[in-house]
Amino acid sequence: MRIVIGEDLYLLREGLARLLEAHGCEIVAAVADGPSLLEAMIEHRPDVALVDVRLPPTFTDEGLKAALAARARIPGLPVLVLSQYVERLYARELLADGAGAVGYLLKDRVFDAAQFVDAVRRVAGGGTAMDPEVIAKLLARGGPSEPVGQLTPRELEVLGLMAEGRSNAAIAAKLVVTERAVAKHTSNIFAKLGLPPSDDDNRRVLAVLAYLDH
Amino acid sequence: METESGSGRGHVIRRALTATGRGWALIGQSVRSVAVFALVVVSGAVGPIGLGVVLLPRSLMLLRRTATAARRRASEWSGVEIEVPYRPLPDEGPGFPARMTRLWAQLCDPQTWRDLSWALLDPIIGAFLAALAAGAAWYGVYGYVAGIFWQPLTQHGMDDWYTFIHISRAGHLTFLRWFTLPVGTAFLVAGVWAAPALIRVHGRWTAVLLGPTKQARQDALTHRVARLTETRADAVDTQAAELRRIERDLHDGAQARLVAMGMNLGAAESLLDEHPEAARALLVEAREASAKALTELRELVRGIHPPVLADRGLGDAVRALALNSPLPVEVTVDIPGRLEPAVESAAYFAVSELLTNVAKHAHARSVRVDLWHRDRRLRVTCTDDGHGGAGVGSGSGLAGIERRIGTFDGVLAVHSPVGGPTTVTLEIPCASSSAKTSTS
Repeated sequence: MRIVIGEDLYLLREGLARLLEAHGCEIVAAVADGPSLLEAMIEHRPDVALVDVRLPPTFTDEGLKAALAARARIPGLPVLVLSQYVERLYARELLADGAGAVGYLLKDRVFDAAQFVDAVRRVAGGGTAMDPEVIAKLLARGGPSEPVGQLTPRELEVLGLMAEGRSNAAIAAKLVVTERAVAKHTSNIFAKLGLPPSDDDNRRVLAVLAYLDH
Repeated sequence: METESGSGRGHVIRRALTATGRGWALIGQSVRSVAVFALVVVSGAVGPIGLGVVLLPRSLMLLRRTATAARRRASEWSGVEIEVPYRPLPDEGPGFPARMTRLWAQLCDPQTWRDLSWALLDPIIGAFLAALAAGAAWYGVYGYVAGIFWQPLTQHGMDDWYTFIHISRAGHLTFLRWFTLPVGTAFLVAGVWAAPALIRVHGRWTAVLLGPTKQARQDALTHRVARLTETRADAVDTQAAELRRIERDLHDGAQARLVAMGMNLGAAESLLDEHPEAARALLVEAREASAKALTELRELVRGIHPPVLADRGLGDAVRALALNSPLPVEVTVDIPGRLEPAVESAAYFAVSELLTNVAKHAHARSVRVDLWHRDRRLRVTCTDDGHGGAGVGSGSGLAGIERRIGTFDGVLAVHSPVGGPTTVTLEIPCASSSAKTSTS
């Protein structure tokens, strides 16, 4: 997997590179500011770009803007955004083009190397990886009168994991149930929310996210 | 060059025409002010028989409005900025006693009496200046008309004098008639040249009575100093409390967790060879502690200065707040560029608190937040469809918001009848940076 990294803190940049190289990825560029990140993404067209939201020179959301600009130039370019904090507003902007292949995670998630690399692979494969904190904020909105409020606790759990971008198999492994049980839950969820059923994992996730973030 | 001087001449003529037009308008104004003067005097005179109690407050408000309009015109037409010199009036309240208090305060304000004397004098002094500005150029034009068409004019009973020239005079002095042309030209030139200046003089005359006296200016300054002292004390207190909170949060949170992490890591190091399993458990614990410390630091940073506010400014920060609110919040933003960081922050936390208040107390189904910036003022309104009855005094947190925006000379107004809806409006004077275009 060919990867571009945009991260201004030296230790984190090197740490990410080392971690990913250890898992068999190739780092084609590791840059430290917004403009060179955009350039690197367009020049190398990586399988996935890891982007820190806040980058020089302005130290605002330079990284996010570079990621959005790159995706405007190269539709569907896989981008995994990392940040010290997550904002629904930014998640919405990343998901807005409906193309998928985006991730938005807290930097803390790097601690769990296996899960992190899994998220990187998922995004590179066109899937999504949303931070549980974003999903929790999305789910917190559902009052008792809304369809989300009518889900059973188990279904809510499955919905949360699905919205994070996990496949049925991954959800089954996480909840220690069979894949068939998960499939049953997901079809129940789709029925209760009034969403059209879909076999495509990525499409399904995007539909759920769009529903929650209406 | 030709066209430039041509347009320059056009400009002069346009200015002169505008000035003469304004002269006419100012004559109209002085008619209005004499009417207002009469009204005030009459309603004061009928005061003893009770009718004045009804009439006087209204006619005084009319006087104030007339004077305010004259001040604004002086600024727009003559470039003479006149401060509004009134003393602050007591709060508007319903009922007879509140109305009487306001009336008394108005009568005690020396500016009310200065306004009144202006209303009497402006029709004399102001109108004279205005008439000069309005009339001179036209009188010049009339000179040509009189010189050329003197015959039909005098036959129809017009005055046969133009200034010192007797236009219908017969005999060997008829050639004098032609003097109307140079004299008219002189009036025309003088009028065109002087009209803008006369309008400026009129503006300065307006400032003489409608501007603040030295005493009023001093009173206003004293008032301002008292207010600044008060708000500065508030600001210092708020900041000190904020620092104490941050210190406590760091001490009990992240700092304590880092200590625990260090201890766990040390213990794990010494257990590594003999009890690798126990060491592993300690390492897991250390990692969890670091994640918790990060979460706490994140919350702390959000409370100090939310990252999205730093990244995107007030508009998007409020949109982000709206997304996190348990209620549906509609946000409209009309702010070109970025505001001063301190004001952005104060307004952000005010909106955050307002939304929390609504969610907690109002039993509302939806909220609207409108932000806009115009004339160097930021205005925020927050409207909810809850049950109303909120007030600054009722311990609703509104007093705290008012105190904090007071540091920036901001004001807060609450309109919340029982049964709703509630509208809270904040206004903070502040500049906006030159419109920074967003990259998109």
